Amino acid sequence: MTGFLLIAGVFILLTVLLGLVRVLRGPGDAERLMAVQLLGTGGVAALLLLGSAIDLTATTDLALLLALLAAFAAIAFVAGLGANPGAFTAARPVSAPSSHSNGDSPAGD
Amino acid sequence: MPDVSLPDPHWADLPLGFALLVLALWLTWTQRDRAAVIGFTGYGLLVAIAWVRLGSMDVALTEAALGGGLMGLLLLTAAARLGEETDQPAPGLPARLSIALLCLGVTLVLAAVVLGLPSPAPNLVAPVASHQAVTELGNPVAAVLIAFRAVDTMLESVVLALAVIVLWSFGADRAWGARPRALHLGPPSPALVFLGRLLPPAGLIVGVHLFWTGADHPGGPFQGGAVLAAMAALLWLARLGEPPRVSDGLTRLGIVVGPLLFLLIGLAGAVIADAFLDYPEALTKPLILLIEAAKTLSVAVALALLVAGPPELPGPMPPRQSGRAAKGVTP
Amino acid sequence: MSLADAFTAVFVSLGAFFFFAGWVGLVRFPDALSRLHALSKADNLGLGLVVIGLLPQASWPFGTLKLIALWLVAVLVGGASAQLLAGAIHAQAAETSTGGEPGRGTEAAPGANGNDKATS
Repeated sequence: MTGFLLIAGVFILLTVLLGLVRVLRGPGDAERLMAVQLLGTGGVAALLLLGSAIDLTATTDLALLLALLAAFAAIAFVAGLGANPGAFTAARPVSAPSSHSNGDSPAGD
Repeated sequence: MPDVSLPDPHWADLPLGFALLVLALWLTWTQRDRAAVIGFTGYGLLVAIAWVRLGSMDVALTEAALGGGLMGLLLLTAAARLGEETDQPAPGLPARLSIALLCLGVTLVLAAVVLGLPSPAPNLVAPVASHQAVTELGNPVAAVLIAFRAVDTMLESVVLALAVIVLWSFGADRAWGARPRALHLGPPSPALVFLGRLLPPAGLIVGVHLFWTGADHPGGPFQGGAVLAAMAALLWLARLGEPPRVSDGLTRLGIVVGPLLFLLIGLAGAVIADAFLDYPEALTKPLILLIEAAKTLSVAVALALLVAGPPELPGPMPPRQSGRAAKGVTP
Repeated sequence: MSLADAFTAVFVSLGAFFFFAGWVGLVRFPDALSRLHALSKADNLGLGLVVIGLLPQASWPFGTLKLIALWLVAVLVGGASAQLLAGAIHAQAAETSTGGEPGRGTEAAPGANGNDKATS
């Protein structure tokens, strides 16, 4: 069983490593982000398989951590787009450059 | 169930190392900020997996907790603030040549040092292993950090507090006492709000678990604190909460409680135990846990505030990028 | 090979297949949203099947519960980040097709630049 789990883990890791060509080639940042997401999920699966194969409980903690924080790249990416006006504000009529207020209501405090 | 003689897939490390090198080269090559930051997040994942393969679970956890969560957030918000594609002129040939020479020199020196290390490298594994029982900690890394090299660890936790002070000092005078606003990045999308409501409870458990398990297994206050800070940043990004005002006394207490408690217990050790930062024998484990709990809190507060940025007044952000000269924050 | 091991072998293999499928989709599919669709398969099904396959190997109760919790977190995070990404892709597609509003051209360009060919 150990050998099988290791081979499966290495196979998944290789697959998602190959997915990194999307980071290199793009064409867009969304694709790059997808490749990183796939790398994260594949890394989680590979770590679980590795941990199960050689009886390392700590790898499960690491896998849990990676799964928990997997969204942060996407969150930061989308938030960054939001700060550059144009992404999620596209539906809103915009007239003056002063609308760069990035949704920050003056009464925020 | 040992059925296949394949104890450790060393041969699988080759593609991992290759991917690390290719990605690192691409990262230095690419010129677009946001693409580079996204690639860097993937690079952090690879580095964490590489640390697992090197047998350093504690480092792998730190890399994943920082590189996976806060680092990407910090870099992408920085890229967003600077604006993409600032068409700054490329440095001239002499500048580029000298940069290349400098980098080459650093690389050669590093290579010489690494290749010149005696094998096996001198280490203190044996003394740590023979004294570890005194601390009642199962994780040798924790024993080194909190007991054998406690001075270093205490100074490191002081550094985080100093970093927050430095960051806050970048705020404009008029904004002093206001809230940090670096994470106010446009209206949050519904998916972000959804995630902001559901993920932090899970993150809270994982963060505390990492701190608690750090005594006997890989993990510890820093990793746990980084997870907690990432959850706070998520709440602020989703606008479900606001970062505290920089004048808030409780927040300031949170930043310093870790180093302060460490220092106080260390000073007390000079009186009741044998030396500064020595723990009385009967109380070693409880005192260590107390220090680590306070340190987890301080790390969480400090890291979250570092991502949240300096205090800013509400209202439109200072003009970004449009004028090349308008780099500084004009109050 | 015991029953539990056979169970593990079947489900882990299925999970590995979905990772492979996710990779093929990510590299071969023509546009960003299709690629995102392929990615979600790897995220949810691939990892889910691997977790199911590993359940008999995990130590009861904490190892098992941790695996299940991990998968729940992964599904939540994967679904939400796919929504976030899809929203960003949509917004950028809408923006490039309308050409952006006057007065914001210079600001809108950086957002679109990263993805100009993503929907072609």
